[in-house]
Amino acid sequence: MSSVETSPRPGEAGHWGKDVRSDLHVAFEARDTGGVEISLESRVAAYYGASILEQAGQVLDDLAVKHARLLIHDEGALPFVIAARIEAAVRRAGLGLGRKSLPIPLLLPAASAKDRLRRSRLYLPGSEPKYYINAALHGPDAVILDLEDSVHRDEKDVARILVRNTLRAVDFGPAERMVRINQLPLGLEDLAEIVGESPDLILIPKTEHAHQVIEADRMIGEIKSRQGTVRPIWIMPILESALGIENAFAIAACSENVAALTIGLEDYTADLGVVKTPEGNESASARSRVVNAARAAGVQAIDSVFGDVGDVEGLRRWGQASRAMGFEGMGCIHPGQIPIVHEAFAPSIAEIEKAEKIVAAFEQAQQKGLAVVSLGSKMIDPPVVQRALKLVNWAKAMGVIQ
Amino acid sequence: MSDRVELAHNAVGRRVPTMVNGRPQIPYLGVGKYQPRGRKAASPIRSNKDYPENGDKRVVDLESALRKCGLRDGMVISNHHHLRDGDKVALMALQAAAKIGVKNLLWFPSASFPSQKGAIELMEQGVIHHIEGSMNGPLGDYCTQGKMRGMGVLRSHGGRWQAIQDGEVHIDIAVIAAPTADFFGNADGSHGKSACGSLGFALADSTCADHVIVITDNLVPFPCVPWHIQGNNVDYVVEVESIGDPAKIVSGTTQITRSPDRLRIAELVAKFLREAGIMKNGFSFQAGAGGIALAFVQYLKQMMKEDGVKARFVRGGSTRVLVELLQEGLTDYILDGQTFDLEGVKSMANDPRHVATSPFTSYNYHGKGNFASLVDAVVLGATEVDVHFNANVVTHSDGRLLHGIGGWQNCLFSGCSILAVPSFRDRIPVIVDEVTTMTGPGEMVDVIVTERGIAINPRRIDLLDSVKCSKLPIRPIQDIKAEVEKICGGKPARPKLGDRPCAVVKWVDGTVLDTVWQVG
Repeated sequence: MSSVETSPRPGEAGHWGKDVRSDLHVAFEARDTGGVEISLESRVAAYYGASILEQAGQVLDDLAVKHARLLIHDEGALPFVIAARIEAAVRRAGLGLGRKSLPIPLLLPAASAKDRLRRSRLYLPGSEPKYYINAALHGPDAVILDLEDSVHRDEKDVARILVRNTLRAVDFGPAERMVRINQLPLGLEDLAEIVGESPDLILIPKTEHAHQVIEADRMIGEIKSRQGTVRPIWIMPILESALGIENAFAIAACSENVAALTIGLEDYTADLGVVKTPEGNESASARSRVVNAARAAGVQAIDSVFGDVGDVEGLRRWGQASRAMGFEGMGCIHPGQIPIVHEAFAPSIAEIEKAEKIVAAFEQAQQKGLAVVSLGSKMIDPPVVQRALKLVNWAKAMGVIQ
Repeated sequence: MSDRVELAHNAVGRRVPTMVNGRPQIPYLGVGKYQPRGRKAASPIRSNKDYPENGDKRVVDLESALRKCGLRDGMVISNHHHLRDGDKVALMALQAAAKIGVKNLLWFPSASFPSQKGAIELMEQGVIHHIEGSMNGPLGDYCTQGKMRGMGVLRSHGGRWQAIQDGEVHIDIAVIAAPTADFFGNADGSHGKSACGSLGFALADSTCADHVIVITDNLVPFPCVPWHIQGNNVDYVVEVESIGDPAKIVSGTTQITRSPDRLRIAELVAKFLREAGIMKNGFSFQAGAGGIALAFVQYLKQMMKEDGVKARFVRGGSTRVLVELLQEGLTDYILDGQTFDLEGVKSMANDPRHVATSPFTSYNYHGKGNFASLVDAVVLGATEVDVHFNANVVTHSDGRLLHGIGGWQNCLFSGCSILAVPSFRDRIPVIVDEVTTMTGPGEMVDVIVTERGIAINPRRIDLLDSVKCSKLPIRPIQDIKAEVEKICGGKPARPKLGDRPCAVVKWVDGTVLDTVWQVG
């Protein structure tokens, strides 16, 4: 899933060619007179040619473009992609400013809970629409529409329009809808475009100071109150430097809206000047500090990604070790990693059985009105009961037990 | 092509020509409804006195062999397609015929490939009148643009055998490419620099044609052992430098899809077989060499290991993936119709449990049974399926020829026929209201597996019951279709097809199932 590198040209956006799928290229040229002229080449022209032309006209209308020439090379893009690419091309030509052409919205899924299950989050590059439609079928707990590293710096403007439309028009099922914005201040421009479409969670990369989170949080809050929406948008700061790790607790604790803390190992190891290994000894202490800071602030600790898609056993070992350290999930860069990550983060049968016994003992004590929970001859401390309750609930949510 | 074609509605409501290339046709009557009569066709009686006593049937070149066979205008020339896109023999034969100066040949390959696009020039020159056999790529376009003078006839592998044995197509001269042969005409496919595995597709040609020429680039001293083609059926043997491009005959390595969506489809198919109880000791299955089918075998293999299940036999199109099943003891036999990669060819040459089959044993409907109907489950592809489970495998949704039928129709007779397809490709829905070209009637299609769910034919109450307690995403087909149409931004426009038939699709019994109309 690599980003496609192109240099931005005025009035152009998107990609086409033999190897491009589910995308399109748009060349827009403003004119003074003569109305709108659209020409289309599409591999699906026989089926959707008329529909694409009609949609293109509508998008230009939404953007208040009266006179222009539009050249479309379509490779079977879906309507939300077509709208995004045309809007990006028009904006690159300096028109349509302050206007949007939004696709028909889907019904928003239920708002996500702060402590919901976040074992896996599947990265989806912000310039590759072909991966979006089927992403949820692979069952990740979350999808991340990425505007940062997978998008070339010249393509940020185009990608954020696509991500906005994606949030609005693509059904991600039960998966939490996350967006990784760019490092601030560029990330604030991303927020301005996408917050209106109610992502569930924003990842802020390369966070080093609490004030960065506060700044983003304030902007999210402002946009929400302008829209009059109260639906939560959680924040997951990504710590990717030695300084970020040093400030981990302050960052995790700076806002009620921080739901989780995570670490980016590529940048972190680069900052340290060490080699990133599959075992991860070089980052063990930093990861441990992320877990501790997150727990101290009462938020989830989420691990980085495992970069070798072909190494299933390496991923499994990493995930198991990660859970043992206290992380509650990790990133996935390929759908094939999802089931392995879920297995790795699932509690073992022995753990669950023990927790179920404790929960049963707890419920019995409750019924009898006893304050002290005991299992056999052993007294069970309240935190142990709490952990057992949480584990049993998780196991149910993961489908490990009924 | 004659401009006035009489059409009749067949049992599935499709308009089909009543006359094709001068022969009266029977419109499709329904599965098992047509009762054939009469005796099988055969080749003329010959006498040993007319053949060399020392068994040496070699002639100097193909042109001489064709002349000796009495090649003349309007004859039927056949080839097999075991050398796939690497084949040089078919064009060699047709070009030799052109040099001799004959016209209006009917070319009758078991399938054609893009590398044989030179046949277009021969059609333009009038050497070839028309093709009866699968056409795709440039040849398919030539046909659907209405440029071929006769009508194309698309048959399944079993249907081609049926047409030959029933006398619907009489082959005048069969030119059989042989990776190994002796001077008597015994021939085999599993050895030699152009090895391709089985030669099963040429068997009917070798027994029913008036004249048979074997052409080889690996002549061995008598006897050629094993012999898949019997020299007793062969008139002439021609030795050439090369019969094909080995790199295109078989692939060096077989690639399994890495597409997560296709892998998901493959995994769902395997899970379905397990949950439905089809995957059990002594079972059998068939899967082709497509990306999804290969991945399916990998998933199924894992599940077979987990559950301690062994198959009695698997049917190929064989590849490394099936060979590994055999070698790991997960199946007793591979019954192989054609061999797609080097591992498959090697295995067939060396392992007696890897058996070459033919369209007669596997697919022919006008026989006393065939293997295809003994297979417990088969995994196939399709370009389109409709809400009545009818499927199209020969044309794009826009009506252009895309694939041959291959063994696809014949395989529908298995215990559980599964079409493993993405629910849409490049915005084009695969599940539609009505297929563009009917290749398989819905009553024969049991399960459709897409990345968005599994649709089971309501006729198969037993299958619906068998998985009703599973966690599989079983959904009504209309439900999946509606979801896909929503994603794609509405129903696709119907392709504009012409009103001139340019090819017909035959059912396994030789009746006419549908028409391929001229496009554009």
